[in-house]
Amino acid sequence: MARVLPAEHDVRRIIGDGDLVADGEVDGLDEAALLDLYRAMILLRTYDERSVVYHRQGRIGTYAIFWGHEAIQAGSALALADEDWIFPSYRESAIGLLRGMPPETVLAWWRGHPAGWWDPREFRLASITVPIATHVPHAAGYAWGAKLKGEGACAIAYFGDGATSEGAFHEGANFAAVMRAPVVLLCNNNQWAISTPLEAQTRAESLADKAVGYGMPGVRVDGGDVLAVYEATAEALARARAGDGPTFIEALTYRAAPHATADDPSAYWDEERVEEERRNECVGRYESYLRRIGALGDELAAEIRADALARMKAGIAAAEALPPPAPEEVFAHAYVDPPPGLRDG
Amino acid sequence: MAERTLVEAVNEALHVEMERDAMIMVMGEDVGRAGGVFRATAGLRDRFGVDRCVDTPLAEAGILGTAIGLAMAGWRPVCEMQYESFSYPCLDQLITHVGRYRWRTGGAMQFPLTIRMPTGGGVRAPELHEDSPEAYYVHTPGVKVAIPSTPADAKGLLAAAIRDPDPVVLMEPKVLYRSPRGEVPEGEHVVPLGKARIAREGTDVTLIAYGGMVPVCLEAAEQLEASAEVVDIRSLKPLDEDTILASVGKTGRVVVVQEAPRVAGFGAEIVAVIAEKAILDLQGPILRVTGYDVPFPYWSVEHEYLPTPARVAEAAEKVLAY
Repeated sequence: MARVLPAEHDVRRIIGDGDLVADGEVDGLDEAALLDLYRAMILLRTYDERSVVYHRQGRIGTYAIFWGHEAIQAGSALALADEDWIFPSYRESAIGLLRGMPPETVLAWWRGHPAGWWDPREFRLASITVPIATHVPHAAGYAWGAKLKGEGACAIAYFGDGATSEGAFHEGANFAAVMRAPVVLLCNNNQWAISTPLEAQTRAESLADKAVGYGMPGVRVDGGDVLAVYEATAEALARARAGDGPTFIEALTYRAAPHATADDPSAYWDEERVEEERRNECVGRYESYLRRIGALGDELAAEIRADALARMKAGIAAAEALPPPAPEEVFAHAYVDPPPGLRDG
Repeated sequence: MAERTLVEAVNEALHVEMERDAMIMVMGEDVGRAGGVFRATAGLRDRFGVDRCVDTPLAEAGILGTAIGLAMAGWRPVCEMQYESFSYPCLDQLITHVGRYRWRTGGAMQFPLTIRMPTGGGVRAPELHEDSPEAYYVHTPGVKVAIPSTPADAKGLLAAAIRDPDPVVLMEPKVLYRSPRGEVPEGEHVVPLGKARIAREGTDVTLIAYGGMVPVCLEAAEQLEASAEVVDIRSLKPLDEDTILASVGKTGRVVVVQEAPRVAGFGAEIVAVIAEKAILDLQGPILRVTGYDVPFPYWSVEHEYLPTPARVAEAAEKVLAY
C-alpha cells in the first residue's frame, strides 16, 4: 500500500490574476474543453440566479442557493467519466444539468412535484440528499460495489464543511478507505453551515488533514478556481481507477450568499468580507482567464449566457406546465410490493 | 427434513440463498472470520469468498449506508447488526434513506436489502444486549419486518426477506437461537411475508404474539383450562389481519403479548386493528401483557420484566371471566 503523505496544505491554484500571479494550464484540456467548463459554469450560475428570482415570485419553494460554488461543481463534474456516479447534497441540486438533465426536472424538485424525481441510472446521478453527510456511505458503497463487479465506474460525493462533523461522513470515509473504494470525497468548504462558522465546526487546521486519519490523500484546492478543481478531481479519479482508493478534496470557497432563500445572513456574517468574496467570484475569474488566453470574446460569452437563460426560461415554463400530481402519487412508490392497508389512514 | 436450531436454520438459509444468487453478499461485524458472534454466518466466507462475506468496520450506520450504495450497484446486501441494541446507529440510514430511496426515485430503483439482527431478552446478557426494538423498524415506511419463532420459519422468512424486492428487517429471537430444535425443510425454503401462523388451535381465547413470546403463549395455553389458540404473527409488516380477525371471530377473547415496553409497542397496533375491525366479535376487553416502560433490566432480575406464562395465563383468565 502506498504511503499516505500528510495532507497537501498549499491551496492549489491554476488561474492567475492577470498581474502578479501567472496563469497555469491543465494537461489535456484543449480550448473546446475549456469552453465546456465555461458553459457549465454559466448554466449553473444562470440556474441559481434565476431560481432565487423564481422563489421570490412564488414559482418554486425554499431553495438552497449555490452562487459562488459553480467552479467546484463544474470543475469536478466535468472531470468525471460518463459512467461515474454523482452523489449530490442539496447544494448540488442542479448538477444533473451537466449530465443532460433538463432544468424542468430540477425546478420540479424545488416545486415539490414528483416530476422532480429521476431514475438515478439515467444520469448516473443519485437523488438529492437532504440530510447532511448521510450519502457519503452511499457513494462509498456504490464505488465498492462497482469495483467488486469489475466495473470501472467511480463515484463522487459532494458535501459541505459542516458535514465533516457528522458521524455519517466519518463512517463513509472510513469504509471507502478500508474497501479501497474508487470514490472522491469532495468537501465544499464554504466556511459556513447556515450561521455556524468553520471555527465553530472544527479545531482541525485544515479539513484535508482529516483524510490522513483515514489513510487517504487529502488535497486542498481553491474552490473558486475551476481549473484547479478539475485537475485535483481528475488526479483523484486516476488514483481511484488505478485501484488506489479514495481521495479527499477540500475545495475552499466562501458562501457569499444566504444558505437558502429562507436564511437572513445579515445576523451573522461580515458584509465587508462578503463583498470582497463577491468581487472575486469564480465565474468572473474564469471568464477573465479565458479572455486573457484568447479563448473567449464578447460575442461568444453573450451567446453562452443567452443559451443558458433560454434553457431556464423553457425549464420554468415546462415545470409550471406540469399537471398537478395525481393523489395516487402518495401511495405509488414506497414499496415494490406494498403491504395491505397502505391506504388506510 | 432435518432437526435444526433456529440459528442453524438462519445459517442454512444464507448458504442456500447465496448459492442460488451470486449477487447476494453478507456484511457485518465479525461475520466473516468468526462466522458471527452467534455463528449465524459460519462457513460463508470460506464458501463464497471474502468479497461476498465481508467483515466490515465496526460502524452500523456505515454498514447500512454502504449497503444502500451496494444495492444501487446491483448487489443484494444482507446486513447483520450484531445485536438489536447495537442497531440504533443504523436507524439514521434506515429512516432517512432505506425506507425512502425507492419512493424518491419515483419507483425507478429497487433496494432489495435485508437487515438481520438478534433480538430480545432472556439470555442473561449485559446492558444493551436484550432490547426489543421492533416498533422502531415497523414504524418506518418503506420497510418490512418479520420475526420468526421456529427454526423452519427462520429459514423461510430469511429466504423471503432476501428475495423480496423491498428492504426487509428480520429480527431473530436470541432466546430461541439454540433451543428448541425444530424440523427444517432441506434446500430452498421460503415462508412468504404477510402470513401469520396458527401455532396452536383453540376455541375459547386467542393469544397473539411473535418471536420469543410465542413459546411463552404456548406454555400459558397449556396451563389454561380453557381452549387457547395461539397466533404467531411472524410478519409484522405486512401484517396478516385476516388470520388475526378469523381467530378473534372464533374466540371473541384476546390477549396480545409483547416483550417490548408497553407504550406504543407493536401490540398496540394489533389491538387497534381488532378494535377497528372486530369489535362486535369481542366478549371482553383486549388485554396486553408486555414488558414495562423501563430500560430492559439487569439480567439478574430480567425474569421480573419478561412476560411469563403465568402472567399471560392470568390475563387470559381475566378475559375469559369477563
